[in-house]
Amino acid sequence: MNRTDIAIDIDRVVNRYDSVTALHDVSMDIREGEFFTLLGPSGCGKTTLLRCIAGFEDVTEGAIRLRGEDIAPLPPHKRPVNTVFQQYALFPHMTVLENVCFGLRRRGWTEMDAEGRAREVLDLVRLGDFAKRRPTQLSGGQQQRVALARSLAPNPEVLLLDEPLSALDLKLRQAVRVELKQIQRETGIAFVFVTHDQEEALTMSDRIAVMSEGYVQQIGTPRDIYEAPQNRFVADFIGETNLLDVEVSAVSGGMPDLTLPGGMALRCPAADSARAGRGHLSVRPERISVAAAAEDTLPATVVDHVYLGTDIHLHAKLSDGEPILVRIQNAESSAIPATGSMLGLRIEAGAARLLVD
Amino acid sequence: MAGAAPGGASRSEIYRGNGPRLMLPIWVFIGIFLVMPVVMMAVHSFLTKEFRGGVIWEFTFAAYDQFFFDRGLFGDEPPKIEWTYIGIFWRSIWQAGLATVFSLLIGFPTAWFIATRKPNVRPGWLFLITIPYWVNLLIRTVSMKFLIRDTGPLNEFLLWSGVISEPLSLVNTNFAVQLGLFYSYLPFMVLPVYAAVERYDFSLSEAAADLYSDNWTTLRLVILPVVKPGIVAGCILVFVPSLGAFLAPDLLGGAKTFMIGSLIEEQFKGAAGNWPFGAAAAMILLAIVLGVLLLHAHAQTRVER
Ligand SMILES: Nc1ncnc2c1ncn2[C@@H]1O[C@H](COP(=O)(O)OP(=O)(O)O)[C@@H](O)[C@H]1O
Ligand SMILES: [Mg+2]
Repeated sequence: MNRTDIAIDIDRVVNRYDSVTALHDVSMDIREGEFFTLLGPSGCGKTTLLRCIAGFEDVTEGAIRLRGEDIAPLPPHKRPVNTVFQQYALFPHMTVLENVCFGLRRRGWTEMDAEGRAREVLDLVRLGDFAKRRPTQLSGGQQQRVALARSLAPNPEVLLLDEPLSALDLKLRQAVRVELKQIQRETGIAFVFVTHDQEEALTMSDRIAVMSEGYVQQIGTPRDIYEAPQNRFVADFIGETNLLDVEVSAVSGGMPDLTLPGGMALRCPAADSARAGRGHLSVRPERISVAAAAEDTLPATVVDHVYLGTDIHLHAKLSDGEPILVRIQNAESSAIPATGSMLGLRIEAGAARLLVD
Repeated sequence: MAGAAPGGASRSEIYRGNGPRLMLPIWVFIGIFLVMPVVMMAVHSFLTKEFRGGVIWEFTFAAYDQFFFDRGLFGDEPPKIEWTYIGIFWRSIWQAGLATVFSLLIGFPTAWFIATRKPNVRPGWLFLITIPYWVNLLIRTVSMKFLIRDTGPLNEFLLWSGVISEPLSLVNTNFAVQLGLFYSYLPFMVLPVYAAVERYDFSLSEAAADLYSDNWTTLRLVILPVVKPGIVAGCILVFVPSLGAFLAPDLLGGAKTFMIGSLIEEQFKGAAGNWPFGAAAAMILLAIVLGVLLLHAHAQTRVER
């Protein structure tokens, strides 16, 4: 428990509003200098957890430790963490420079030192020329960068960002992703980044915590989360997947033996807690290959196809009527199977994964 | 700015084109009921006094001379300033300023309280604030006098509870006048401040706290500057009518706390009156009020820039 590279230790945190429990027994470690993302659909408790760390929300049970020290007794203004608010919350009566100086001045910096530091951070977010403007005279993207500069200036131990990109349009959002990641690397400050956008989470994060309805579903690297989802929710929420009902006959050496709907047998990796009985098999559409119908393939009927340019989506039906999605690459050689034709689908052993619910 | 629909007048152009015509009724109204009385007042202040009220149409500076000078500018001896009326004005400004400060001290927390309730109960609270104002100001002021006089409920309660052993004489004091002014104009402070606080984005307070600012610093550096327009509006709405008030000073203050309003009122009442002098005093009051408003407008444009 005494690892020195842990910036924030969230230990079995429960948060309750009057009757709603927003966080159930949430635990996670955020390491020094990492880009950590809280990912989940709207209403799953991401903002609540961030507000618990910042001190705007009380922790009903459990503890949050910053570098090993319980921060429960500290009011928000005594916590050495800063927040980039979802709607930025820039002070409208102050210039950009005054906004960025605000936190520094409260921490006792002289006006001159604060201004020097503020200009440094404004340069970092490429807003050096906008110091004397007021927030209302800036575009959404510029306001977002002022908010970032304002919370970076006091050099917080951890920076909390609540869906900072959600108010930007798509083009800008993609550019800012790269920039934000770069700033995080340059400053070396641990970022706790909240988003409901899985693509954002996958491209930016060192590690992701997937949340749903106040529970942590899985914590891991983008690759872990995408390729080895622990349960149906994670598999379904991150990217596209096929979830097939399967019969598990036995689990040996962490690998279950299972039977697919058409009677095909398969042995594949599984979530840690998998055991015999009924289960769900997650297969990514791009990890299924199409062959002629044969003994060792999964028989399916083509229902429709969608042309995507680089890829083609085949919507097919298994023998028991279950729909299945297959993504095939649009190469010169690949003919598009006609609607109604029979196919054999091949699932490589390493491409499927048995989930627990 | 772009936005005009091609090949036709845009919506805003249509409105702008009709503007002058739509404004006509209000210009007529303002002309008759606002400009005319002020012009009449200005004219009267330069006329000669007629005994038993009224004026003689003879131009003179006598009224202003009487207001400012004991021995006038136009005599043989050096002029000597008359302090009586300047003193009354000064005291009025002081009283009105004090009433404004009290209204702010009580009104701001009240407005804050209402604006931070759940949206569905706010109208109820605002409604409660306005209830006393359904009763005529004169009657409210008289009842205030009954409430605080030597044998009134306030003194009787204090005597009964043993806090005091002799009745406090509150009537005819500055305190009573303050109480009257404060009571008369408090809603004029509460309502504009409420409107400003209601629009205040509380995430600004969270941002301030997040940036190491304690509650008092947040109030001073973020909340007050952001809701300032509402506070200034409230202060003007309390200060201006307090300055010219005559009911509260008259009924609650007596002779000792004579204020501008009473001075002017007296000039137009009965045989002792002096219309030109009353008009001159009113013009001077108007000048002070305009001065305050211009100062505010000036400060406002400086902030905008
Ligand atoms: N002030 C509040 N009072 C009651 N319930 C709230 C309040 N704020 C949030 N909640 C509830 O807490 C849960 C988590 O909300 P939130 O943390 O804002 O989710 P997210 O940021 O992931 O969208 C939701 O079910 C929401 O309805
Ligand atoms: Mg949220």
